[in-house]
Amino acid sequence: MKQLLILSGKGGTGKTTIASAFIKLAQAKAYADCDVDAPNLHLVMHPFPQEKASDYHGLDKAVINAEACTNCGICLDACRFHAIEKHETSHTVDPIACEGCTLCAYLCPQQAITMEKAKAGELKLFSNGDEHFSTATLLMGSGTTGMLVTKVKEQLKQVSDATEFAIIDGSPGIGCPVIASLTGVDLALIVAEPSVSGISDMKRIIETSAKLGVTIAVCVNKSDTNDELSSRIETFCWKEGIFFAGRIPFDPMAVRAVNEGKSVIEYSCDSGTAVRQVYDKTLQMLKETIRR
Amino acid sequence: MQASIMATDPTIAILSGKGGTGKTLLSVNLSSVAAMATYIDCDVEEPNGNLFFKPSREFEKLVTVKKPVVDETLCDGCHKCVDFCAFNALALIGKRLMIFDEICHSCGGCIYVCPQKALSESERPIGEMSIGHSGSVRCISGTMNIGESSGVPIIEALLKHKDGNLTIIDAPPGSSCLVTESIRLADFCILVAEPTIFGSHNLAMVHQLVTLLGKKHAVVLNKTLEGVNPSEEYCKKNNIPILGNIPFDKRLGKMNSEGRIAAREDAHYHKLFSAILEKALKEVSDETAADPQR
Repeated sequence: MKQLLILSGKGGTGKTTIASAFIKLAQAKAYADCDVDAPNLHLVMHPFPQEKASDYHGLDKAVINAEACTNCGICLDACRFHAIEKHETSHTVDPIACEGCTLCAYLCPQQAITMEKAKAGELKLFSNGDEHFSTATLLMGSGTTGMLVTKVKEQLKQVSDATEFAIIDGSPGIGCPVIASLTGVDLALIVAEPSVSGISDMKRIIETSAKLGVTIAVCVNKSDTNDELSSRIETFCWKEGIFFAGRIPFDPMAVRAVNEGKSVIEYSCDSGTAVRQVYDKTLQMLKETIRR
Repeated sequence: MQASIMATDPTIAILSGKGGTGKTLLSVNLSSVAAMATYIDCDVEEPNGNLFFKPSREFEKLVTVKKPVVDETLCDGCHKCVDFCAFNALALIGKRLMIFDEICHSCGGCIYVCPQKALSESERPIGEMSIGHSGSVRCISGTMNIGESSGVPIIEALLKHKDGNLTIIDAPPGSSCLVTESIRLADFCILVAEPTIFGSHNLAMVHQLVTLLGKKHAVVLNKTLEGVNPSEEYCKKNNIPILGNIPFDKRLGKMNSEGRIAAREDAHYHKLFSAILEKALKEVSDETAADPQR
């Protein structure tokens, strides 16, 4: 299964809008949403007859047995995550702050601390015949986002490994969920935005992808909101030898399409036409990458 | 405790769940209309606030985390640290201990469990931070190094430099541990939402987060257009106060794309952001009056 990942660095540049259009244009049989702490792709994908949900457990969290705790404070001093709170007769653990290192349980002289399973999110697999869509939701404030992203991709691979290629919607930023989503990807399409913020963020995601050895292509969304900066992005790509997949103009139709649970390519509009061209170029690039 | 009674100006965090809804736009402009403010850019993966403020650089430092280092003459390959590490940041290859810095959470556990006292800790840089000024705004910003996985220690370092001034925190997108850390010290949260079902869905997620953390909050609607606004509907249904509405405006988009601060250049936007700040401060003081414990 070859993987095409849609990324952006900066949020809100149009990753999900473009991913959903690509999925429809490719009539993709395998796709995933790796933006587990703000997933949206399921909102524009049609209902699926089959849905499988499973709990995702991150690392076990510490729990203090109040009866056994003597309030000695050893755990409080040792915890680097400020997860232990002192109360009048015993200490407690803040499950949001606890990262599951187990040090407190190891050090407690009363063995009053146990590590317990904690639900950190929910994995979902939607299916329609041989078409599969893998997604997940992280529980509020949870860590181990990268691990959940890896599970989303594994879940898709298990059911769709024989499928020619998969389209994956990524998350903003450059940290652990992005690194996890980039692992094993054949091509990452970066959706840039013509603004000083967009350019700065694009450069940081390009560097992150390069560090992980992933080939990239760039397109500019909402390009006519600042033509000069769009040209600057295009020039930057030529200079750096990065494949430039095209420009997509700002289109109020994109907002309408999203709100109707549809994709821009289902309407005859400027952005729809431009997305089709970007899709053709990206696919051509993906084929070349695979051949190499 | 005299210090806790002494009045300090509030800390307001700006967050959104979905990226690109206008967190930095709102944070930068609200900071600019205040008589005096401290702006803290907690989006350390993709920091953008300083592209607007272009502040002086008065203070800079590396942000480091602790990492284990092995003294190979003492390590006898007993495996205890490898078994202990919940993050799989340690491995024994033959008799040689390997330490994977990027995976290490700096819990310090391996140091405790080593019977040979072969492990100690040293500092490893994961990013940098800076403090400067732009007009009446004190700007605190941090940048995570490329390839690092967690910016939480950088956010912690930034928040240590918070002062008694009105503080505006520009949070990262999402609803994960990074956001929780960013809004830890906030007295009030402003959720910025876009007029799409993506916007309202992610608004619901951060709304759940601020409710879980017991933070008082309100919404600002951004990029509003004619027609239905699913985010506005969500607010009405859930009785969330709306502090203001920033209509979609190509001119504002252009200024923002060029890193210009609309409230500093344009009387209309100065007025619009001042009104939002005033309403937010009123909501915060209502909260303080209602809760004398604070």
